[in-house]
Amino acid sequence: MMGTQDIIDTLAGIEPGSTLDAIRARRLQARENAQKSYLALFEPIDAGDFSLAERAAVAAFVTGLHGASPVAAFYRDKLAATAEGAPLLDAINAEIERGRTSGPYGAYPAGPLSIENKAGLIYRVSPERKPVLGARLVAALEHAHLLVFHPRDAASADMKALLAAGWSATGIVTFSQLVAFLSFQVRVVSGLRTLAAASA
Amino acid sequence: MSTVNPPVVFTQDELGWVSWIDPLPEAELTERHYAGLVDRARAKSEYFRLLVRDPEVLEARTKTDKDIFYNVADGLPRAERELAAAATSRYNGCIYCASVHARFASTYSKRRDDVQRLLDEGIKADLGERWNAVVKASVALAATPIAFGPDNIAELRRAGLDDAEIVDVVNGASFFNWANRLMLSLGEPSK
Repeated sequence: MMGTQDIIDTLAGIEPGSTLDAIRARRLQARENAQKSYLALFEPIDAGDFSLAERAAVAAFVTGLHGASPVAAFYRDKLAATAEGAPLLDAINAEIERGRTSGPYGAYPAGPLSIENKAGLIYRVSPERKPVLGARLVAALEHAHLLVFHPRDAASADMKALLAAGWSATGIVTFSQLVAFLSFQVRVVSGLRTLAAASA
Repeated sequence: MSTVNPPVVFTQDELGWVSWIDPLPEAELTERHYAGLVDRARAKSEYFRLLVRDPEVLEARTKTDKDIFYNVADGLPRAERELAAAATSRYNGCIYCASVHARFASTYSKRRDDVQRLLDEGIKADLGERWNAVVKASVALAATPIAFGPDNIAELRRAGLDDAEIVDVVNGASFFNWANRLMLSLGEPSK
């Protein structure tokens, strides 16, 4: 099951034998398990609660919201290569454009931190694209946008919205892990690319 | 269902965490789940019994986490990895994650008052050149779109970090963009 290509190395352009290759090798367990995380999310043993096409669609949306990058291109290509995902590509691209903003923003529990509350976009999928995406993905994209840009606004009602749209508790856990993992992966790749460029 | 008493400030106190969806009952855990928990003692935690609904992802996530923070054979001191985690959590607004990693940063640095200023004053608190560089880099990485750039690298280098230590900052700060989103969205902290 293990792919031979390390996905972070590939996306960050890290060549075998390079300085960054040697540095990453010092955190071998982290490197191998970032890779295992990717495989567990995108080549799972059981995709019954969260289909492969849904995973690819959410990943393309989440990484696209971070702006153009090799990571966003990778997941867009992954969606295009997924049989049931490819027809969603135009809708996902259009929703990325509608959802782009700057984070993190959001509100704190009422109290001394309220002065730090920052308003921002409360994203909702365009009504015209709801039929092609379907209720599960509409709910997923709306929740993914919250996780990407204003996670401190999350509330128990958001879990109820996902459950009502047909997500199981296990599906919600995997979906949340996928969005959160991509938030990690896109940053590691960006950080490593920036460091490599600063050392060239 | 326990009564939730949410904290309204950032704190180094120990907090609880209450899930918004059902964790797996301890009695239903199989060996596949225990492999996902990595540490069997984590079966007592509501948070981990929730995440163990997907054991393969939890196992890989946990092992990534442990190496980024606990592997101190070389690279950035543990205190500054924890500082990166605390600063990321402060900026994203995760009161629970900030409490845990602020405590660790205090323990390993012996600079509890400086850590508390990060929590009280926020990411602009002046903590000295080296800590300021770590906090600023973590915050730039946490922004969406990502704002981390060559200036952050130059600042970290001026503060005395070598490239391996900078990768530890990148890993630690990036990892908390993973952790914060789970903690903030699947449940809430309670005093």
